[in-house]
Amino acid sequence: MEHTVVSASKFNAWFGDNHAVKDVSIKIEKNLVVAVMGPSGCGKTTFLRCINRMHELIPGTKTQGSLKLYDDDVYTMNPIYVRYKIGMVFQRPNPFPNLSIYDNVVAGYKLNGLKMAKADMDNIVEKSLTSAALWKEVKDSLHKKGTFLSGGQQQRLCIARAIAMEPEVILFDEPTSALDPISTASVEQLFHELKANYTLIIVTHNMQQAARVSDKTAFFYVGELVEFDDTKQMFTAPKDTRTQNYITGRFS
Amino acid sequence: MDARIKIRNTKSILFKSVIVFLAFVITLPLIVVLLYIIKMGVTQVNWTFLTKIPAPVGETGGGISNALLGSLIIVVVASVIAVPIGILAGIYLSENSRTRLAYYSGLCVDILQGVPSIVVGMVIYFWVVKPLGTFSALSGSVALAIMMLPIVIRSTEQTLLLLPDTLKEAALSLGVPYHRVILKVIVPCGFAGILSGIMLSIARIIGETAPLLFTAFGNPYLSTSLTKPMETLPHLIFNYATSPYEDWVNLAWGASFILLMFVLFLNITTKLLTRKWNIQL
Amino acid sequence: MATMKNKRLDLSYSQMKWETIFKRILIVMSVILLFIVAGILVTLIMKSMPSIKSLGIGFLWSKSWDPVNNLYGAYPFLLGTLLSSFTALIISIPFSYAVAIYLGEYNPKGWLSNLLKNTIDLIAAVPSVIYGFWGLAVLVPIIRTFESKIGVAPYGVGVFVSSLVLAVMIIPYGASLGISLIRMVPSPLKEGAYALGATRFEVIRSVILPYTRSGLFAGILLSLGRALGETMAVAMLIGNTTTIGNTFKEIFFGPGNTMASVIALQFTEADHTVYLSALIELGLVLFFVTVIINLIGKRIISRFTNK
Repeated sequence: MEHTVVSASKFNAWFGDNHAVKDVSIKIEKNLVVAVMGPSGCGKTTFLRCINRMHELIPGTKTQGSLKLYDDDVYTMNPIYVRYKIGMVFQRPNPFPNLSIYDNVVAGYKLNGLKMAKADMDNIVEKSLTSAALWKEVKDSLHKKGTFLSGGQQQRLCIARAIAMEPEVILFDEPTSALDPISTASVEQLFHELKANYTLIIVTHNMQQAARVSDKTAFFYVGELVEFDDTKQMFTAPKDTRTQNYITGRFS
Repeated sequence: MDARIKIRNTKSILFKSVIVFLAFVITLPLIVVLLYIIKMGVTQVNWTFLTKIPAPVGETGGGISNALLGSLIIVVVASVIAVPIGILAGIYLSENSRTRLAYYSGLCVDILQGVPSIVVGMVIYFWVVKPLGTFSALSGSVALAIMMLPIVIRSTEQTLLLLPDTLKEAALSLGVPYHRVILKVIVPCGFAGILSGIMLSIARIIGETAPLLFTAFGNPYLSTSLTKPMETLPHLIFNYATSPYEDWVNLAWGASFILLMFVLFLNITTKLLTRKWNIQL
Repeated sequence: MATMKNKRLDLSYSQMKWETIFKRILIVMSVILLFIVAGILVTLIMKSMPSIKSLGIGFLWSKSWDPVNNLYGAYPFLLGTLLSSFTALIISIPFSYAVAIYLGEYNPKGWLSNLLKNTIDLIAAVPSVIYGFWGLAVLVPIIRTFESKIGVAPYGVGVFVSSLVLAVMIIPYGASLGISLIRMVPSPLKEGAYALGATRFEVIRSVILPYTRSGLFAGILLSLGRALGETMAVAMLIGNTTTIGNTFKEIFFGPGNTMASVIALQFTEADHTVYLSALIELGLVLFFVTVIINLIGKRIISRFTNK
């Protein structure tokens, strides 16, 4: 039985006068990896950042329409609570430089003043780092600062940090574009493992990545959601000519 | 053609020699002043000097303990006033750089930086000394706090502006509320820069006399009361250096030595720390 | 972990309240700055009122300062201020420029460069009273001998010796600014000149200095601003008189007063309202002049760095 986790209905977003996201409607099911692709400036990142209400932190922005997590409109919920339930991993790995690896993983709890027994916290750290395929590499240096980690390891630390909050959905904003090929491969491997427990929405400008890792793909163009379909279908027989042109490289 | 080039080259070398000469010659006054103060002052420093208050005219065996304690108290109180306001204002300026309030208060910071310290002293005389009815350490601290503010604010603002946006984003995406993002992530990451701004502002005000002339005034006795006049190192130096009594002039030398050493220590330490921490960051 | 989930929901609501409180506190702190500056201005104006009312605008060029007869004129102090500040500025410019050119162009990196830069910064760190004290003890006797040699009344103290010490004190400000400006000159500009066969001196003269001209001028303004407001060293070295000499030599080598020093030296002796108010009016003039000079200087620099 498919359960819709994130759904949008005629959703719009603006940067000042710039209408960046136009009337987007989409239903995303649980435990899927959904890739969001499109040329630069197509609104895919803006849309992503609306889902966890990061878009509104920029002054001069506006949104309209419904964007729901299960049955609750994200814009009527408490934004802090929204971000507990919907995590995000960014383009450049951004672990907190002044915190140890351990503290980075539970940063969502510590920075929020959420108290927990040490045993429970240790548990969460181990579980999250294991899910992010980083536990073995760092379990002996949990109390060191993460600056010695490679780019790929830092990104997996950020993933562990997001997982530690036990979100429903994890958003990824071009998560491997700043990483070398080997680190990219290790992160992509993770997507496959993570979808058992979470729903992943990944914005990427790399078509091949979208084809490799996702179950379904959404194609954005100039602020509109042009097509949303199973990945296999999208890349072999797209329904819209714009999608066809993008995939065959007529524009990028 | 050759001769012309030779002349031009000679001119260039000559110019460089003049520049180098002038640039290095200007260090002489500093060295001369430093050595002279050390020479005249270091012999004054002994246990009596540090622990007794100035002796009445004609008697020997006085010290500057009242000024030492006074400087400490006034500077600490001034910091307690200026540091929180300065850091918070600096945070506002760095986080809201495009608002009108940021423009005007930034302008005020620039204005405060240029106001002569004697003018600040005059104004505080009317704001604190007159209402309280007496010269007081508190008024001195307020005057010094106003002078510390621009330095603390600007260094906080600049430190925070240099931090990458991704830091804030990462914290916000975890559901951390704005005030905790600033206080628990941004400010700790900018700690080194903010601290050096505080140290520099302290180094600046500890040697300031003009604002204290009609606020803290001076006190020949040891005092810890904030509502009474208080002696400070620079004020004592000013008074005693221009007095006709040799004992007092000697005390002024000793006090100058201590003040100078402390100011140099603070400045050099700050420079070393910024270099060290910048590498780590 | 159901309790944790409920805890988190409750927490998120209380957090939002604190967020708003914090943001309001930040705004209040910035507004405090506006109040401080406004307060300074208002206080200065209000307390100068008695003097402005009874002496009028003639205060600015009236030459006699006579507390006993309640006659106050700012002219001697305007003269002293301008003379000492401009002399200090003129003396300091070659040195500031030399340091700026040396550390900005000839030797921008390395241990010697750092050492020199730090030493220059330390010049600015030394408290004003200490320069004044040293000047009194060491420089004044020397100047006294010098003055008797050139046939002027050998006071020792006065505008001249104050200008010397003031010059040293303001050098770091001009130098520090000059260094950053000269380092900002784009390499392609300099390389173009070198490629045409220019010597180092010629590149400095025809590329670097013109390029940084407005910025260096701003540096001069800022140094001037510092000199105008400098109080303690001047108060200790300038001799504290309120009359003006008759010849330039007398004025320049003899004792005098600046606006800042006369306030410092006479404020606590001012026993009647107009006396005090006249001193405050001097403070008001000082405030305006230094603030305007500083703001102009800063405006020039920000325009330069945004070029």
